[in-house]
Amino acid sequence: MTERHLSAEVRARAAELLELYPHPRSALIPICHLAQEQDGWLRPEAIAEIAELVGLAPAEVLGTASFYDMLHTEPVGRYLVSVCTNIACLLRGAYELLEHAEEHLDVRAGGTTADGVFTLEEAECLADCGRAPVCQVNHRFFGDLTAQSFDTLVDSLRAGRHDADVPPHGTLIRVRRQGGLRVDGDTVAGERAAMAAAIAQRAGSGGAASS
Amino acid sequence: MTVTDAPRIVTSRLEWSDSYSLDRYLDTGGYEGLRKALSMTPEEVAAQTDAVSLLGRGGAGFPAGRKWSMLRKGPVPYLVVNGDESEPATFKDHLLIERDPHQLLEGIVICAYAIQAARAFLYVRGEFALGLERVQSALNEAYEYGAVGRDIFGSGFSLDVVVHPGAGAYICGEETALLESLEGKRGFPRIKPPYFPAAIGLYGEPTVVNNVETLSNLPWVMVHGAEAFTALGAGRSTGTRLFALAGHVEKPGVYEVEMVKTTFRDLVFDASLGGGVPGGRAVKAIIPGGVSAPWFGPEHLDLPLGQDEVAEQGSMLGSGSVVVMDDTTCVVRAAWRITRFFRRESCGQCTPCREGSGWLERILRRIEDGSGRHSDLDLLMDVCDNLAPGVSWPPQQTTICVLGPSIPSSIASGIRMFRDEFLVHVKDGGCPYG
Repeated sequence: MTERHLSAEVRARAAELLELYPHPRSALIPICHLAQEQDGWLRPEAIAEIAELVGLAPAEVLGTASFYDMLHTEPVGRYLVSVCTNIACLLRGAYELLEHAEEHLDVRAGGTTADGVFTLEEAECLADCGRAPVCQVNHRFFGDLTAQSFDTLVDSLRAGRHDADVPPHGTLIRVRRQGGLRVDGDTVAGERAAMAAAIAQRAGSGGAASS
Repeated sequence: MTVTDAPRIVTSRLEWSDSYSLDRYLDTGGYEGLRKALSMTPEEVAAQTDAVSLLGRGGAGFPAGRKWSMLRKGPVPYLVVNGDESEPATFKDHLLIERDPHQLLEGIVICAYAIQAARAFLYVRGEFALGLERVQSALNEAYEYGAVGRDIFGSGFSLDVVVHPGAGAYICGEETALLESLEGKRGFPRIKPPYFPAAIGLYGEPTVVNNVETLSNLPWVMVHGAEAFTALGAGRSTGTRLFALAGHVEKPGVYEVEMVKTTFRDLVFDASLGGGVPGGRAVKAIIPGGVSAPWFGPEHLDLPLGQDEVAEQGSMLGSGSVVVMDDTTCVVRAAWRITRFFRRESCGQCTPCREGSGWLERILRRIEDGSGRHSDLDLLMDVCDNLAPGVSWPPQQTTICVLGPSIPSSIASGIRMFRDEFLVHVKDGGCPYG
């Protein structure tokens, strides 16, 4: 057994995710989220291990992950600050806010601060336009932003005052599934076959054409 | 008065701070619609939805009942719920997922029962971290309570619901791209036909894909009946609908209003809704239905919020978003930003979209920056014509999905409505708005 990169906890949660889908590949993106929770980004070692878990080549995992904005194939800071500049936020001062954020954090959008704490990015619409302009920090929303409230937010993050509402990376970090059908596959398959037969019978007796 | 008289169908619980908890849900009539549905046959439940002619609230406006009827002819479908809300300035499903997840789950179980699905997948936009927490917690509660899982409320009907996180890609809101993403692949829309996942859906099996708001209507429909629903609205646009109002309004937000009986003017100016434009400034243009939709001018403010009414005037209600731009807005900048969005979100499969979006963005950028040429206006329309021949509405299709042909909407609207403003940018070598 080679040494594992993903922690036992991540592997246990990945195993739970794999059980939820008829095909293991469906768990690819959720497991990538878990790996980012551990490392902040998708390290090559993690990609190789995810590939093993879902039965693909590492290149296929990377090829899929690189399609998605939230999956990072390069390191990002402890806090990912995503400032929306799409139309609803633009109309309420988003570019002025982004410019201010670049100055205040001393980093251009797309970059990471020298201390590795903040990565600033220009985001597409985050679907919170009622409080525009908005940003997300590690995908937690902050709305009705001004230059001043942005600076306060940054100071609070640095001081650790948001540790409770802005956890580290990982959109699934506080998501745990409990419950479920909890029956074996044969039972489910049997039930599904019975249901299919019942539907076919209904369709026949109801005069509906079968496709 | 019509603005406020209609009942709230999907937002009735939002004034409670704990609107997302099972206790609050049960205190406010929760899961009664499901109990009623389970006392009926699946066909009766489906017929009820057919009767209300519930038009899909995702963007395309396809009747929900008709999607289901395509499936009731065959066995073992999947139900996939589209919670990947990403159309710019649309933020209603975000609200429903975060603030009333049990209502959504109840709608999912009702729909699954009607189509006899054994499994439902709820695809939630990855950026909705809190929404994912709320809906998974609600699902855990619902399993415990017996509203989801094995032998629901003793009916013999069993359903497993899986909450699936997206990972940031606008295109995954397109239903075939969503299915690809759910299969663990890049979100590439599938070639049509087949036009509907009812034929070949998730894992190649028959699948119904419905939007979050669409399904959130079902508990109310089951409790109050089809007649109460169709009494609201008019024509094909029945019931109420959520409108996400954004941009230059006093009170941006999500408002549930009666369809057709409410106008754009009501939505923007009514004191109980948008409350007007800040500073009493004039409306320059509005974008109905998301940034894929052609714009309207102030002369369209009295148009009713109905699917057909808006379509007849050359645009769409689409995703239920309404963006107001006042007279301080630079339309070149607005069109550029929307085009930049499409360039970033084009999946890259089809040449007209992948290349066209980049060309359009660069041309708009140079006009806004002051290095535009007089011929650029024709050039923009020419590239638009390659994306959507004729640049008409609804657009002609040149690509696998509708993203590409939607790109010209804001550009053509901007040039047709505000040609002089584009020309001033070229002539003066810069943006008059600074």
